[in-house]
Amino acid sequence: MAKFMAKKKPSKQKPAPRVPMHRAAAQPMREQPTSPVFGSFEVKSGLAQMLKGGVIMDVVNSAQARIAEDAGACAVMALERVPSDIRKEGGVARMSDPTMIKDIISAVSIPVMAKCRIGHFAEAQILQALNVDFIDESEVLTPADEQFHINKHNFTVPFVCGARNLGEALRRIHEGAAMMRTKGEAGTGNIVEAVRHIRSINSSIASLANKRNIEYANLAKEMRVPYELVITTAKLGRLPVVNFAAGGIATPADASLCMQLGCDGVFVGSGIFKSSDPERRAEAIVNAVANYADANVLASVSEGLGEPMHSLDIKDIPPNQRLSHRGV
Amino acid sequence: MRIGILCLQGDFAEHSQTTLAAAYRLNTPCTVVPVRAKEHLEGLDGLIIPGGESTTIGKLLVRNGMVAGISKIPKIFGTCAGAIMLAKRVEGAIPGQHFLSLMDIGVKRNAYGSQSSSFQMRLKTELGDVDAAFIRAPTINFMGQNVKPLAYKDGEVVAAYEQVGDKHYLACTFHPELSTTLFHEFFLLLGK
Repeated sequence: MAKFMAKKKPSKQKPAPRVPMHRAAAQPMREQPTSPVFGSFEVKSGLAQMLKGGVIMDVVNSAQARIAEDAGACAVMALERVPSDIRKEGGVARMSDPTMIKDIISAVSIPVMAKCRIGHFAEAQILQALNVDFIDESEVLTPADEQFHINKHNFTVPFVCGARNLGEALRRIHEGAAMMRTKGEAGTGNIVEAVRHIRSINSSIASLANKRNIEYANLAKEMRVPYELVITTAKLGRLPVVNFAAGGIATPADASLCMQLGCDGVFVGSGIFKSSDPERRAEAIVNAVANYADANVLASVSEGLGEPMHSLDIKDIPPNQRLSHRGV
Repeated sequence: MRIGILCLQGDFAEHSQTTLAAAYRLNTPCTVVPVRAKEHLEGLDGLIIPGGESTTIGKLLVRNGMVAGISKIPKIFGTCAGAIMLAKRVEGAIPGQHFLSLMDIGVKRNAYGSQSSSFQMRLKTELGDVDAAFIRAPTINFMGQNVKPLAYKDGEVVAAYEQVGDKHYLACTFHPELSTTLFHEFFLLLGK
């Protein structure tokens, strides 16, 4: 008996250090060949990690892109119409004209993202050929496929996708998304939907703690994702890729709210260039995200920003016109 | 030892974890301090500037009035955007971009091109073999006399170290914080 009671001898070998990352491939990188490997998941999700703590702004031309860069945006999203105009004008919203995307790429030194329709892999191939840095497979554009999203593993350029809940987020990650964002309700200037989505994902992840294996297996079945992905998420206690807030952010306080709820950064769509003073508002939102927990900084950057964008109450939008219901 | 991590924009969370892992491996007591305002710079033994967007980090450093405080810190480690912030010469900067200009190296921003040219590879370095991810990475195209190269990729320097008086600067164009503790261990031991 004493043999079993004896203290375990401390081993001389130090244990391996904690793995310094929080993403799906949470193992140390596999040993790499000595020649470069392009477009691996590590490299794709790596760019998303570098965007953390930053603001990604929707821009429709190179002049706006420069304003965004000068204000301190960590990336820009090139598109022909911002969500609030898409909502107003209706019709089919598609990928932007390549000329305009190329213009923006040559105008700025920060990463340039562009949107393609859900399931429209041909648009995504075109965007990859244009050398955009990130593709947003976005519900803001009219979906092209009601059954399948793009198989994002087939691309060397990383993808970001929207989600309303944990199931949607894990399905997109399983399809190869290197970054997630909340869907919110784009083009409304109303933060309530984004908050609902952040809260939903946070509480689902919190409820993953301390379950039995069979429960994880059931959840995986319910969410239609692999068991391993559910386990990874439960162990990390957060989504296995970077997660930004999007859809309805109009003020520095909105941005701070999302950051304090645990998002890694924010997308601002119509909120900047549909407001009365885009330069100041852009800068204020960048400052608010970097200093999101400092109420004194938030108070000073929120001063005198002029009129925010024209905003909508969600109740006034008929359910069939809500963008967040697209592509689940 | 108090090591600050500049937490304005970029992969600062990864740097915090890697720094703690490196301190654990070295058996050195180490406190990681998130640095968001100039008051947080007081009493630091070292500072890490993470990867991110150098335009954004530069802007926020100036807006938060942190530039003067940072130049007094005895040792600074910059990866990717952090290396750009440290460099005295920067090619491909936007007009009016702000830098710290502390280390006698020249860098070129986005030297490999867009994200589709980003890559990872096994890299031989003076500190050992590491898995290195180059993400919209810069290159080091000039080194002052006192700067020592620590790693090469195809003849180009991708990691360098400089001692100026009692100050130490370490710059990597790739992201050791994503895959190895070796560079953080080297950084923690600097000046000891």
